Parts: sequence; C-alpha cells; structure tokens
Amino acid sequence: MVLVIYAHPYPGRSRACSALLRAIGDLAQVEVRSLYDLYPDFDIDVGAEQAALERAKLIVWLHPLYWYTVPGMMKHWFDVVLLGGWAHGEGGRALEGKEVLWATTTGDAEKYALSGAHAHPFEAFVPVVEQTARYCHMKWLEPFVAHDSHELSDEALVERSRRFRQRIEARITHA
Amino acid sequence: MREALIFFASAVLCVPIAKRAGLGSVLGYLIAGALIGPWGLRLVSETEATQDLAELGVVLMLFVIGLELDPKRFLAMRGVVFGGGALQLAASGLVLGLGLWLVGLSWEAALIGGLSLALSSTAIAMQQLAERNELGTPTGRASFGILLFQDIAAIPLIALVPFLTHAPKPDSDPLWIRVGLAAAAIAGIVVAGRYLLRPVMRFIAKSDLREVFTAFALLLVLAIAQVMTLVGMSMALGAFLAGVLLAGSEFRHALEGDIEPFKGLLLGLFFISVGMTIDFGLLGSRPGTVALLLAGFLALKILSLWGVAQLIEICRQRWLFAFLLSQGGEFAFVVFGTAREAKLFDAEWEALLTITVALSMATTPLLLLAHDKLMGSRAKAEREPDAITDEGPVIIAGFGRFGQIVGRLLLASDLRPVVLDHDPDQVETLRKFGFTVFYGDATRLDLLEAAGAKKARLLVNAIDDVEASLALVDRVRANFPSLEIVSRARNVSHYYELKLRGVQVVERETFESALRVGRSALEKLGVDRFRAKELADAFRRHNIASVEATQPFYQDEARRMSIAKQGREELEKQFARDRERFERGHGGGGWK
Repeated sequence: MVLVIYAHPYPGRSRACSALLRAIGDLAQVEVRSLYDLYPDFDIDVGAEQAALERAKLIVWLHPLYWYTVPGMMKHWFDVVLLGGWAHGEGGRALEGKEVLWATTTGDAEKYALSGAHAHPFEAFVPVVEQTARYCHMKWLEPFVAHDSHELSDEALVERSRRFRQRIEARITHA
Repeated sequence: MREALIFFASAVLCVPIAKRAGLGSVLGYLIAGALIGPWGLRLVSETEATQDLAELGVVLMLFVIGLELDPKRFLAMRGVVFGGGALQLAASGLVLGLGLWLVGLSWEAALIGGLSLALSSTAIAMQQLAERNELGTPTGRASFGILLFQDIAAIPLIALVPFLTHAPKPDSDPLWIRVGLAAAAIAGIVVAGRYLLRPVMRFIAKSDLREVFTAFALLLVLAIAQVMTLVGMSMALGAFLAGVLLAGSEFRHALEGDIEPFKGLLLGLFFISVGMTIDFGLLGSRPGTVALLLAGFLALKILSLWGVAQLIEICRQRWLFAFLLSQGGEFAFVVFGTAREAKLFDAEWEALLTITVALSMATTPLLLLAHDKLMGSRAKAEREPDAITDEGPVIIAGFGRFGQIVGRLLLASDLRPVVLDHDPDQVETLRKFGFTVFYGDATRLDLLEAAGAKKARLLVNAIDDVEASLALVDRVRANFPSLEIVSRARNVSHYYELKLRGVQVVERETFESALRVGRSALEKLGVDRFRAKELADAFRRHNIASVEATQPFYQDEARRMSIAKQGREELEKQFARDRERFERGHGGGGWK
C-alpha cells in the first residue's frame, strides 16, 4: 500500500507535480490524499490522516518546494497529524518501520550551490524533512528531487515521470 | 391608605439620603421607621398589622435566595449549614448565655436568652451582603449557611421554652404529632414542587399574560407560608424550600424577576417596622443600662463569631464575617415574647433585650462602615478571588436556529451558557436536550439581572427580531456598560444600527453561509478548492471594508449608493489585479 500525501495549493495549475502524480495514478495500490483539496480551510481531519498512514507501507510526500521546505499546508499536516504518543515519544510507534519517499519539484539546479542564488547545495535543505521522518521511527529513502521544473520539455517530463514510477514500483515489489 | 402614604413617603425621604451619606439602605429604613413610629412623630400607631405584612418581605427574600440555589448546590452546602451553623449557635449561645447569667438571670432564662441572642438577622445580613456584592464569596456563603441553620434552629428553640419553665405547660398536641405534621408539610411541598408546579407554570406561561404569572408566583409563596404556619414551622423556611425546588426549573429567572420588586418593598417595610419597635422611652429613662447591654452584647457576639470564623476556615475576612452577623435577629423578638409569657423573663428584661436586639440591627451598617474605613486600604491590596459560581459566564439571548448553533458550540467547549428565550415550547424542547434555558423576554432589565448580566463576561445577541435586538443592546449599554456584546445582524441596516450603538463584533447572519455557497459554486466550475477559498476570503475582506466605509453615510441614502457603486468598481479592479498576480505565478513566488 502506497500513500501519497500531496500538497499543491492549485493542483489544476500544476505541471511538474501533476505529471509525477499521473505517472503512478494507475497503480493499484496507490492512495492519493491532496491536502489543499481535502482541507482548503486547513481543518485537517487528524483521525482520517492517521488511519490512512496506518494502512500504508510506503509514504510519499509530494509537493513543490516552497521557501526551501514543504508548503504551509504540509507543515501544518506535520504539526497536527504526527502527534506525540502516536508517531513519536512515549508509546508513539504507529509509523515504525514505514518507508518515506520525499518527492519534491523545484527550480534551477545550478542555483543550489555555494556560489549560487540559494548559497547552499540542495543537501543542506534536506535534514529538517528527513529528521521529521526519522524522529517518527520511519525509514528514510533517497529523496526524489525534480530540479529545473520551470523550463522542462515535455519529453524530459515524461522521462522523469517514468523514473519516478520505477522507484515506486521497485518499493512495491520489494515489499 | 393613609399609612401606606406615610410608609412610602418616609422611605422615599430617608433611604436615598442614608444611601447618599454612605449609611446603606437598611439604616435608612430603620431611621424612617423610628421617625414615624410611636416613639418618633407618632404617625403610625398600629404596628401589629404592619409587622404581619412586613414579615412577608423576609419570606419572599428567602424564596428568592432559594431560587438561586438549586438542590445540587444546596446539598454541597450542608457542611457549612450543619457544621458551621451548629458551631456558631453553640459558641455564641454559650458565651452570651454566660453573660446573661452573670448579670443576674436564672440559668434557664440565660440559656434561652443566650441562644436567641446568638441568632442573627437574615434580612439585615443578606441585604448587606447583596449590597456589597459579597454573596458569592467564601465569607458570603459561610454567612448564608449559618443564617440558614439559624432559621431551622429557631423552631425547636421556641418549642424549648415551655420545657424550661416551672409554669404549667400550655395545652398543645404531643411532640410527635407536631413533628409528624411538620414532616408531612415538608414532604408535601417537595412532592408538589417536583411534580405539580412545572406543568402548572407551563400552562400559565403559555397564556402569555404576565400579570397572571406574577400573581401565581405570589400566590405560590403565600400558600407555602400559610401551610408552614399551620404546622408551626417557619414561613421563611418553607419559602426557602420551595425556592430551592424551583431553582432548577426554566421559570427560575422569570419568577425571580417577578418577585423581586415585591420582595424589595416588603423587606423595606420590614426594616421600617423594626425601626418602629425601638422603644425610645426606655432609651430615655435608662440610657446607661441600654448602652451597657448593647456594648456587652456586641462585644461577646462579635468575639464568638470571630472565633468561629477561625474554625470554619474564613481566612481573610474574619472581622467582616463577625460584623455581618453581629446583630440580633427577628426571631429573638418572638422567643423573648414566648419566654415572658412562660414567665422565664419579666417584662422589664423582655423590653431591655428587645431594644438591645433592635439597636444592634441599626449598628450593623455602622460597624460595617467602620470596618471598611479601617480595612479599606488593606482589603484593596489583598482581595479574595471571586468565587466561581455556576452563573454562566456567557448569556445567549434568543435561542432559535441561530442562537442554538452558538449555544451548542459553547456547550461542546465546556462553557455553560445561560440561555434566554421567550417561547415556552422552545424552552421545553431544549431542556430535554440538557440545555439550561430560561423562559422570558430577554430585553427586560430584571430578567437580565437575574441571568447574571452583572457578572457575565459576554452577551451573545442572537435575537431575530430587529427591534427587540436593538432594544436589548440599548438596555445592556445603559445598565451594564462593561458587558461585551457579540451580535447577529439581520441585514446591513441592522448591522449599522448595532455598530452605531458601539457593538464591536457584528456578523450578518446570511453572509458567511452565502460565501460558502459561492465557494462551492466556484469549485463545481473547476476552480481549485483552495483557490476558491482565497477568492471568497478576498471578497469578504473587501466587502467588510466597504460596508464599514459606507457606515458614516448610513443615514444619507444618496451618498451611500454612490459609495456602494464605487465599492463595486473597486472590487472589480481588485479582482482583476489579483487575477493578474495569480496568472503570473503563485505560492512562494512562481515555483511550480
């Protein structure tokens, strides 16, 4: 069972993220939860989210990168769903052993360098999200970072989506 | 007719002056009574008839006190009533009895005299507590519990007198018959109060005739008082019991509101009649004796009360408590009379003790005044925290479709709102769902007062009728200026009227749900859900701003229309700008 937690504020206008989502949409064991569609008022149903997480073996966090991290909605989802006593802390073992694949789309790859506009390599921005998963006793997989999303050709987009589908399928057969 | 004229005139003259001079209303009434009584201007000579009527004031007061105390809270008080009350009666009775014995009374007379002097005046103490707004504090509750015990104890005290005399016992039924009758009367009141009264009151309330409801309320109290007198119990106690039984009913506040003015008037009459009984002749002929007796009585009683306060855990206001209960009570007059008839006292002692008690009632307000002067600065520094009573911190006026949602949200959040509604059927239904709903017209001042508007933190005005809604706001602004209001508005002009009256939070009743429907429409047309929310949010912000901008011209129709038109154009421009920004890129600056 694969659970995709999808956080794009305007899914109808997304190109890069929706291509990735479409690439795995026909897989039988994939459940997609589009947070901005489910909870436009940020009124996240914590019980429903936790139940979905409990069903899953692989959890995909899919979103465009906003200000070097997850969009506000997904941060809010971390805040209200990953609770102490459930996901971490005393008796918090609900997510133990589940795998997390962080899939994010972002802009020019060359800007992520010491001399680039963002002044850090991309790896510098990973630890916050990675540690969130690890603190909840989950297995951190190599992230799927989709750079250069603004000017990508249709062919490149198809190729990238195929690679994304392969990674998901590999985890399903692995399980 | 002539006497009524004199009573009203003296009260209207003396009470406001006394109050203005900082002496309090009780002293004002007492002075009025002394002035018109047989020892003053002799305007009223027949005091007996007045006293009967005046006693009803005390009865009504205890009924209202009972109404404010539902059985649950009454049971919670039993420790104070029976523990503290018995302790006070024993301690003060012993000390005062010893004093009387030392000045030459026989031990039997000293015992009866001491115990009756240990009783305090419910009327005076409660009136003072209410005027000082101390009823809810620990001191207030302890005082009330002790007064209640005294009311219960007064009955056996009167019955005790014949046993202590050597005179032939008066003919009366054997004790067990009297106890049985009393028990039967109380049981009757409890059963009738539980099962009979509410349906009857519902029936009367539905007739929608206010004066009939008021008449019924008075009839109820009088009937209970009559039953209690017949079985030889205290009328006040019976009325108190009936009040407690009705405290949990939806008519509580309506009853309180209806009885309140009668209670106030008759209680005033009671104080006047006490003032009239002060025997100034005796004061003139033996001033030294009277002064010594009064001083000795007050000293012994205050010290014994202060000691009791230590034991019942009143931590900061011991002196206040002792002064509040320092006076002799109205029951003492009755006991002294009985004791003289039974030849325990001679007439001289009766007169001396009676004037001591009457004067002690007049000294209470003076003692409290002195207390405030002395403790004033200190009290301000370390006030006891207000005790939390079950008076709801939030009042909801109007409990139809709108108010109910507000009420259910509050209730679900563990806040128990006090709900006022004027539809008896509605009240009935809602009570079945566990709401505390009271029947009555929310715009009436007395009902608001009874609902605790003085103490409430917030009033939710959910009345649907525009006129009534504005009347309520006017009333609250005038009488409870510090009570905050959150209000429902039927439409924009209602919104303006509310804003003009200084209501800060006003919600148009259809605005939010219409915006929701608008959002759903956008979603159905293919707009992303979060985008639909953003559009609705932007619309709301603009709409509220333009409604507020038009408010100064609310009365000027033409100006308002032109501003509204401007507003529409402004909105279109704003949406165009917003659309452009959205098309250029979104979220964190054009990142997809």
